Amino acid sequence: MSEVATTPIDDPLMLAERWRGEGRDVALATVVQTWGSAPRPIGSHLVIDSDGNFEGSVSGGCVEGAVIAEAVDVIDTGKPTTLEFGVADETAWRVGLSCGGKIKVFVEKVD
Amino acid sequence: MKLDLLTTLNADRAARRAVILLTDTETGAQRLIREAEIDQSDRPDLYRALIRAGRSRALKDEEGGGFANVMVPPAKLVLIGAVHISQALVPMARQLGYDVTVVDPRTAFATPERFPDVELLAEWPDDVLPDLGVDRWTAFCALTHDPKIDDPGLIHALRRDCFYIGALGSRKTHARRVERLTEAGLDAATIARIHAPIGLAVGAQSPAEIAVAILAQITGALRLAPEAA
Repeated sequence: MSEVATTPIDDPLMLAERWRGEGRDVALATVVQTWGSAPRPIGSHLVIDSDGNFEGSVSGGCVEGAVIAEAVDVIDTGKPTTLEFGVADETAWRVGLSCGGKIKVFVEKVD
Repeated sequence: MKLDLLTTLNADRAARRAVILLTDTETGAQRLIREAEIDQSDRPDLYRALIRAGRSRALKDEEGGGFANVMVPPAKLVLIGAVHISQALVPMARQLGYDVTVVDPRTAFATPERFPDVELLAEWPDDVLPDLGVDRWTAFCALTHDPKIDDPGLIHALRRDCFYIGALGSRKTHARRVERLTEAGLDAATIARIHAPIGLAVGAQSPAEIAVAILAQITGALRLAPEAA
């Protein structure tokens, strides 16, 4: 039986639990809204630790760098935040979505 | 997210139970809605609809606001019968995202040549079904036309509360099946859960068309509210 969604290796939620259990500081990013042709569906996760290690995907590579940087802050402060990315936003040019879509990503600490 | 909430959530997912994680994206406050506890929850209709749709989404203010992460186990499809219809069904079901298993004790039918790239068990249903984890997120089709093979499979599927159970055969064949299952001790309401003749009535002729009719009926059982299915 292929139980892809519950295999720890490629399941960010399982990995978040394991990393936290190992004593690492962990943040979880979740795609909570999409507009247009977003690369990853709503509910997709990225798990990040305080050293910037990560697994999973919220955009297929377009904005992961920015999410990881923000996640390290969220781990420090403990305060959740919501990030928006899209080509419509001038300031997001460098980390924008080349597909023309727009996504909202919720980032929270696992504590 | 609190670690104990994450641990609970992961345990539910590993056990193939559907859950909804509700998040207030302003404050980070979260709670878990388990499918089994929906009746006692604050918005049973909304949560049931979210699980049927199997899609995460932002909630409107009148729905309580925030974000609903809907986590539903990957659906399985178990086919009893390595028959011609199954050959057409397997690739279509895969396209729809099902984990497919084909069971048929007749080794002349259950050959890897006829069923490449799919879990194929040339065994009796009674021997292998208990280990397949047939559950509420499983669709089950009995397609051999042979009661010795189909009936034990159907009884197992009914006991495991599969979301869809279908059996190939005419109305006459099904009437005899109902008699046998009644003799085996199943009540009328339970037996009535079997879709037979199998598939939506679309006038299907070829094995591929019958496969389409079956998958359309399975999709309805998965996605539509019970009163509409």
